[in-house]
Amino acid sequence: MSEWPLWEIFIRSQHGLAHRHVGSLHAADAAMAIKNARDVYTRRNEGVSIWAVQSADIVASAPGDREALFEPANSKVYRHPTFFPMPDEVKHL
Amino acid sequence: MDPAAPRDEALFQYLLRLGDTPLILAQRLGEWVGRGPVLEEDIAQTNVGLDLIGQARLWLAYAGEVEARCAPAGRDEDQLAFLRDGGDFRNLLLVEQPNGSFADTIARQFLFDAWHLLLLRALADSGDARIAGIAAKGAKEAAYHVERSEDWVIRLGDGTDDSHARMQAAIDDLWMYTGEMFTPDAVELGLVEAGIAADVRALAAPWRQRVDAVLAEATLAAPGETYMQRGGKQGVHTEHLGHLLAEMQVLQRAYPGARW
Repeated sequence: MSEWPLWEIFIRSQHGLAHRHVGSLHAADAAMAIKNARDVYTRRNEGVSIWAVQSADIVASAPGDREALFEPANSKVYRHPTFFPMPDEVKHL
Repeated sequence: MDPAAPRDEALFQYLLRLGDTPLILAQRLGEWVGRGPVLEEDIAQTNVGLDLIGQARLWLAYAGEVEARCAPAGRDEDQLAFLRDGGDFRNLLLVEQPNGSFADTIARQFLFDAWHLLLLRALADSGDARIAGIAAKGAKEAAYHVERSEDWVIRLGDGTDDSHARMQAAIDDLWMYTGEMFTPDAVELGLVEAGIAADVRALAAPWRQRVDAVLAEATLAAPGETYMQRGGKQGVHTEHLGHLLAEMQVLQRAYPGARW
């Protein structure tokens, strides 16, 4: 059974929040991936919606490109909107 | 004697049937822990078992309360589950059958789930509000259980030559335990009359329709007419129940009243 493809599972925990990656699992196809995700990741009332994506379909940045991709941003503090006071009522920012 | 006592005695028996069947099936599913074909299935199988234990607890707790009205004392859910002997159990013969292969377990689960969902939906209209409430809650779980088990019947039936053969053999072997699900006895019929129990005879046609549709999609043949075993609801069990109870009850038998 080890030939079953790997799937990445994303769960939306409550209305208004984005789907969040919670882990991965094996399943023969998409329908089974959703069922397995339901059993493995949502049994304690964690979610209202499940996304399953085959791990092979995810395009990832290479760890070796880290410096080129991310370091230039570090020196530009003006890109971080930390100078504005945020009202308490605004959540999830 | 309290004129309600005979009714309560029948209700007690009926609640034992409702509670013992999911309890025994949950114990069987628990035997799969750590032995599932894949991790995901191991967890899923056990989740179903936990759902069924939850339902069994509600039925048996109610049974104990009813028993207190018609017997010298009522037992609580743990006493009923762990301190009764095999002859006092009222579960269906189907659910005490051994796990066998994964195909055997799936066949047992599907034949049961398809019936269980119909039963709980019918009981949701019971004149007994407590029964109706427990059934309505359980029906949501059962709807998922049958979706899962029928999915597996189709995958395995319409799978490889080996999985097809095993699935067909499993359905054939268990078929003789399905008749009991649709055969009421005097206890049940009295409660049907009173608007409390579900008339299981009415579940046969819709059950057969669903089972036939799934078997057809799974490229499996529906078994023909066969002798139907019965007796579970009256406490006459197959030889497998005693072994199952020995394992399930050993802790409470050895250490009466032990708690977590």
